[in-house]
Amino acid sequence: MRVMAQVAMVMNLDKCIGCHTCSVTCKQTWTNRTGTEYAWFNNVETRPGQGYPRGHEDQEKWKGGWRLKGGRLVPRSGGRARRLARLFANPELPTLDDYYQPWTYDYENLTTAPLGDDVPTAPPRSAIDGHPTAITWGPNWDDDLGGGPEQLAADPLLARMSERVRLDYERAFMFYLPRICEHCLNPSCVAVCPSGALYKRVEDGIVLVDQDRCRGWRMCVSGCPYKKVYFNHAIGKAEKCTFCYPRIEAGDPTVCSETCVGRLRYLGVMLYDPDKVGAAASVTDEKDLYEAQLGCFLDPEDPEVARAAQASGIPHDWVEAARRSPVGALITRYRVALPLHPEYRTMPMVWYVPPLSPVVDALTGSGHDGEDPAALFGAIDTLRIPLGYLAELFTAGDPGPVEAALCRLAAMRSHMRRVNLGEEQDPRIAGAVGLDEPGILELYRLLALAKYEERYVIPTAYTGSVPDPGGTGAGCSLDGVGGPGMMPEGGGFDPDSFHAPPAADAAGTSTSLRGRVNLLNWNGKGRPDGLFPRARGTVRTEPEL
Amino acid sequence: MKHLHTALWGVLPYLTLVVLVAGTAWRYHYDRFGFTTRSSQLHESRLLRVAGPLFHYGLLFVIAGHVAGLLVPESLTDRLHVGERVYHANALIAGGTAGLATLAGLALLLYRRVRTPAIRAATSRSDRVVYPVLATVVLAGLTATASGATAGSAYDYRLGVSVWFRSLFALDPDVTAMAGAPLVYRLHALLAMALFALWPFTRLVHAFTVPLGYLVRPYVVYRHRGRGEVRAGRPVR
Repeated sequence: MRVMAQVAMVMNLDKCIGCHTCSVTCKQTWTNRTGTEYAWFNNVETRPGQGYPRGHEDQEKWKGGWRLKGGRLVPRSGGRARRLARLFANPELPTLDDYYQPWTYDYENLTTAPLGDDVPTAPPRSAIDGHPTAITWGPNWDDDLGGGPEQLAADPLLARMSERVRLDYERAFMFYLPRICEHCLNPSCVAVCPSGALYKRVEDGIVLVDQDRCRGWRMCVSGCPYKKVYFNHAIGKAEKCTFCYPRIEAGDPTVCSETCVGRLRYLGVMLYDPDKVGAAASVTDEKDLYEAQLGCFLDPEDPEVARAAQASGIPHDWVEAARRSPVGALITRYRVALPLHPEYRTMPMVWYVPPLSPVVDALTGSGHDGEDPAALFGAIDTLRIPLGYLAELFTAGDPGPVEAALCRLAAMRSHMRRVNLGEEQDPRIAGAVGLDEPGILELYRLLALAKYEERYVIPTAYTGSVPDPGGTGAGCSLDGVGGPGMMPEGGGFDPDSFHAPPAADAAGTSTSLRGRVNLLNWNGKGRPDGLFPRARGTVRTEPEL
Repeated sequence: MKHLHTALWGVLPYLTLVVLVAGTAWRYHYDRFGFTTRSSQLHESRLLRVAGPLFHYGLLFVIAGHVAGLLVPESLTDRLHVGERVYHANALIAGGTAGLATLAGLALLLYRRVRTPAIRAATSRSDRVVYPVLATVVLAGLTATASGATAGSAYDYRLGVSVWFRSLFALDPDVTAMAGAPLVYRLHALLAMALFALWPFTRLVHAFTVPLGYLVRPYVVYRHRGRGEVRAGRPVR
């Protein structure tokens, strides 16, 4: 058995308030550059809605992901020969209009406009060519169901549902869906890249673009069914969510997770068997894909798995982290998290806890007690409308797993309500969803309290090491102390240095800043020397050189 | 005049070759990040979907035609009993069609580049140099092909230009064979040399990155952290 590790994410949709803090901090970190004005590695969509880019879930049009052809998996956009034949123009590439035409404002006009009777305005300008532009669409135009039914009608999932359901649904509820790259186990963007520039990292499963190898053929953009690979039109290279790998390597959560106001994101390690992925991704019935993917995951508590992990070069602390993984708990132990669009057959690794709140709201709105377990279980079953929609999103249309997950959440809710009100507890509530009281309490702690250390269990990075037969000591002889390639003790990468407060710049050229910390690389932790200017009158001690 | 001919047809081709090879190696070493198609399809897709394939596929046939016309000596086709008339009719029809497709594709591509503000804004200085050269090379080549069609004045390039071209690779350039060629052929060759000299320093380098390895590669690529190593993807076929 081969074992591979994947740093995965789960988002608890019940807690997403649609504040877009994740999107904004992600953009500030990764895509606030020329060429990526339109790119949002993280975006938050209102469902029902068209999403970003518009209607990206319509794979009849965009041809993303995989399909089965005679029992074999081929990219939906065609095999290798067809890809190469379409090298000179990608027929399925979305244009900027499908995302949105990015714009800025001519702020200069506010100060340079000649004196007149009217207050000067800052008219919009295209961020692409600088010309005056009319703003007709944005990355989040239909936020909070904005634009009304005519916008909603273009939602590819709603289009699959019946007319009555659709109308009911629009009145029923909405919820937010934050989306990043899924860092799939079977990534179709990697598969369609003719240059081999996209790859999946062996150590942590993060899918990255090697921009020195990328030639700008744009196949990955159309190959990804989630449309989470973007083309930087200024440099002609593909760019995508990096899972903030420099932070993950240092054991820190991604920027979107760190800044999430609702504390709804979970990060942790999943162990899986890579040799099972191919078969799991090619099961005939789309509705079996969720179970098939669960079958790829390995139980880190199993000593056999731990042994195999060690043999596969996975360090012990990663196996430890997998045992404490909040993601593993939500995906496999409690089964409340579900994959996004498993029918694309990419085996996505960013999973979602489906939102229960709309069901409770709908129930309370109809005059029932929204927290009563009997009414709640019944409502989940009878509220076919949201259930069907959620099933289209998370289980290829099979309402079973969604219903089970929602019932587990409802049971937790009812149980904890009794605890909080000091009422008599009813073990049948937990039993009805296959849980026991400690399990419910742990699920409650993970989902409702969501402590930082329990949400993010991220081991620091390692490199799959090569055995050293001669025993001469690995590494380059020039890496030693004083050598030209001098590296921190114990290897080239020192994760701890990521957190260490930066040393004061002793040899600063400017006298007024000598001995001061450069705030640009201060991580906000601790109080390093030179953070504040010295008080007037204190003696300046020149550092010895 | 003799010295000029020697310089143009005896020395310049080798200089061009040196610039092409050394320039590409230099760029690959120092600017691998710059090896890209710099596609503008994100800004405009409708015209590109027609013009891109038209130009590129046309060009592939044109290149194949050049290989046949320049590298295959007349003695070989004679031995295969391909008559002079059949050969030139084929060259004119197939080569002319491919050349016209290339020209039409290029014209459309240039049209959308000029007409779409976003693409015009994305046009670099090197683009402004390379597009006129490319256009005139194609035009001169097409004119040469067309001149073969007019009866009487037909110049058999296989006894002139081709002989010169092959002699280059024997490191014994037959300058007189080229010096006697009609003006349009000499112009075409000169412009082509200019194009090859520009090649490494413009977006044309993307032609050297044709991803033929994709045909034999496993679908999913795995790589180790911090190492360039590419391991065979096992999960999917």
